Amino acid sequence: MLGAIGRASVDELFSDIPHDVLTAYRPLGLEAHSELEVLDELTRYAETNEAAKRVSLLGGGIYDHYVPRLVGHILGRSEFYTAYTPYQPEISQGTLTAMFEFQTLICELTGMEIANASMYDGATALAEAVLMADRIRKRHRVAVAGSLLPQFRRVLDTYAWAAGIELLDVPFGSSGRCAWDRAPSDVSALVIQSPNAFGVIESLDGLKKRLGDALLIVATYPLALGLLAPPGAFGADIVIGEGQSLGLPMGFGGPLLGIFATRMEFLRQLPGRVAGRTVDADGKVGYTMAAQTREQHIRRERATSNICTNSALCALAATVYLASIGADGLRHVAELNLAKAHYLADQLARLKGFQLAFDGPFFNEFVLRPTEAAGVVRRRLADAGFLVEDSAELEKLGVKNGLRIAVTERRSKAELDCAVAALGGKR
Amino acid sequence: MRTLFDHVSRDAADGVFPVCDVPSRKADDVLGAGVARARAPRIPNLSEGDVARHYTRLSKLNYGVDDGIYPLGSCTMKYNPKLNEDVARLPGFANVHPRADEALAQGSLGLLYDLSEFLREISGLAAVTLQPVAGAHGELAGMFLLKRHFEERGEPGRTRVLLPDSAHGTNPASAAVAGFSVSEIRSNDRGTVDLDVLRAELDSTVAGIMLTVPNTLGIFEENILEVTRAVHDAGGLCYFDGANLNSFVGRARPGDMGADIFHFNLHKTLSTPHGGGGPGAGAVAVSQPLVDYLPVPWIGKTGSGYRLDWDHPKSIGSIHAFYGNFLVAVRAYAYLLELGDSGLRAVSENAVLNANYLQERLKATYPLPYDRLCKHEFVLSGEGLPNGVSTLDVAKRLIDYGVHPPTVYFPLIVHEALMIEPTETEGRETLDRFAEIMEAIAREAREHPELLHDAPVNAPVRRLDQTYAARHPVLSYPFDEGESAAP
Repeated sequence: MLGAIGRASVDELFSDIPHDVLTAYRPLGLEAHSELEVLDELTRYAETNEAAKRVSLLGGGIYDHYVPRLVGHILGRSEFYTAYTPYQPEISQGTLTAMFEFQTLICELTGMEIANASMYDGATALAEAVLMADRIRKRHRVAVAGSLLPQFRRVLDTYAWAAGIELLDVPFGSSGRCAWDRAPSDVSALVIQSPNAFGVIESLDGLKKRLGDALLIVATYPLALGLLAPPGAFGADIVIGEGQSLGLPMGFGGPLLGIFATRMEFLRQLPGRVAGRTVDADGKVGYTMAAQTREQHIRRERATSNICTNSALCALAATVYLASIGADGLRHVAELNLAKAHYLADQLARLKGFQLAFDGPFFNEFVLRPTEAAGVVRRRLADAGFLVEDSAELEKLGVKNGLRIAVTERRSKAELDCAVAALGGKR
Repeated sequence: MRTLFDHVSRDAADGVFPVCDVPSRKADDVLGAGVARARAPRIPNLSEGDVARHYTRLSKLNYGVDDGIYPLGSCTMKYNPKLNEDVARLPGFANVHPRADEALAQGSLGLLYDLSEFLREISGLAAVTLQPVAGAHGELAGMFLLKRHFEERGEPGRTRVLLPDSAHGTNPASAAVAGFSVSEIRSNDRGTVDLDVLRAELDSTVAGIMLTVPNTLGIFEENILEVTRAVHDAGGLCYFDGANLNSFVGRARPGDMGADIFHFNLHKTLSTPHGGGGPGAGAVAVSQPLVDYLPVPWIGKTGSGYRLDWDHPKSIGSIHAFYGNFLVAVRAYAYLLELGDSGLRAVSENAVLNANYLQERLKATYPLPYDRLCKHEFVLSGEGLPNGVSTLDVAKRLIDYGVHPPTVYFPLIVHEALMIEPTETEGRETLDRFAEIMEAIAREAREHPELLHDAPVNAPVRRLDQTYAARHPVLSYPFDEGESAAP
């Protein structure tokens, strides 16, 4: 092939790179490996992760949910996973139709009018929601519930710093719920998460009215929306969430799935990609990317967000997940979470020396407050094979000696009884 | 196009989840009034078989790399080994919670550490973060680092970022989101940065330059060292968009070219199929003066193992909920082990050879505005095609031949652009076939232009009205109207 292009050597192909740069190159000292060797080596890394073999009571935004087998099989179809962003809609109707379905499902779950085709994760979706709200209201101040998950707050802090937006904390009360009646005024938006960092379901009734023209941004847990009233029913202006619960593995925290929904009136401000219905030259219904306010071919620094590629395959997983279980299955799995978490909470609260830290209603996660040191309690659960988060993350929120415990549909009664027994209860 | 919502619900249990083995609870009792949902979401209840068929049918309406050449310029649509998919699904990787004890997640932490060490060496820079989860996210992280750098140095007046007109499309938006204003640098007639224009722009308001290397014309800045030196001399820093690393990996390092910030698109250069638009990963490497600002947590190594290291007070903070797209990092690490040094060098050799081979052949048929040695991609123009045929028509006609079109109408500096990136994984037979099709289409443009104007006819749908979709948005299923409702 070199001859066909009139080149004498491979080096000639790189003659436009400065000589000094080429000679400065240092190889990695890495041999090539066969498929079999790489499989063995990667398996060794994977096997070193003891956590994958324990019983998880971890939560705080990522949960050990069951993924129906069909999801993996559909995601494993290379027509989906080896395609790219549907720039050529005529040969991307599979991806585009699934995006359209995903947007519809998110609207159904959240009670909102429009949703985009995904964001990177819940935390960056929140950051983009705050930027969007501030573009709309331009007050450069945003109120944030103190009961927001810390990993969401950390990312929001970074984006808000860069955008020059001041974040104002709103405290929470003994119920674990945000005391939004104490929220500052003259803000672009208020951010509240439900269920929140403590697993507590926030009271949203009347909040929108209290905010005046400030936007209400609600961070949600989509699987919980199988049971909970959608944020749209409380007048939310933007709903974001972490979609991992809808058919994604925990994956050590990534890839995840950001969901983002809002009102039709804010379409022009919506970050990310959106699929829309249209017709082809024969009048037949098809799908294409719509409202491309920040694609590569528009003029560029005017873009409202730099989001380009995001989490399309994760959105497909969520779509197939919801299709697989249907409305009835979604309610069923949400009820399992509710029942099992309350079963464990009730059993633990009956033990001497244990109580719940908050009395607000919860879905599948609660904060346990032992009389003795949380670390000692955690150790006993760990010795019995359970993964429980240390209390450090909650301490960042001002909650002392608390253990956050999440219970999903995967936990059997036998496992939960075992946890209770590890803390002194009867088996 | 039949959607999920056009299917009729069956009257059957989901079969996925077991019956409840603890006392069931009524939502209203547990949660109090007004908290539970009043109306179920409209999701049909279908059998597993119904759902499997629906999505299998949808998949067949798609075109992926496994179907054939996908020469989408700027996107590096190469074939990725299936092994990388399989290792990312190992239960020991997939089923680890990000807040599991560090001692119980040593495999994941160790892999992240080992991958960042390799990436650090590939970049020739001082340190790497794996937190950014996409190329554009890496750009944004880079702009945050730039901002923090000049804050810390007490130079808040450096608010301007210079951008060649041949830079990647998301660069200006990334700079703008980080609070910078953008000044465009015109390319010269060789398709590279005009040094005089650059020097005229450089002053104490410039924070840095965002260079796409090689640029979106597929051209390497021969004066890269002069460009970066000029920016450094003016007190600015150099950001390199690494989306085109495929063209020099294994033989040149951004750190040796004067880069201060460099982002990798792990999904482009180092495997991970593109998933219909993500997820990818956008690791960022930085020079020594920027190391302290990298996002937390870092992955640290101690005598006894690996840990999350939060103690970096000058850090920009976090830009992802956890540690980036770990399962994409797994694929990249597997790919690096497969390639080794020799394989990395072969990536750039074949990517550049393939692009030049196609460029040389196709420039006889389509205008090549910048006729010179290219790197991994090149840009033809559809301008001047006869009978009112446009680049869009060429793209749609390629679909009829069963080939994915190149990137079209980008970069903006070439009229009617056709941006072609064959990648290193295509063989000569495939390249020749693609070239023959492109040549056949040029003949059709002269002799049977209606074939192009009407294309595609050999696709699941005919040409779609994208303008209509933008002007009359129907963005979710119209439940009141149903399947056949045209917007």
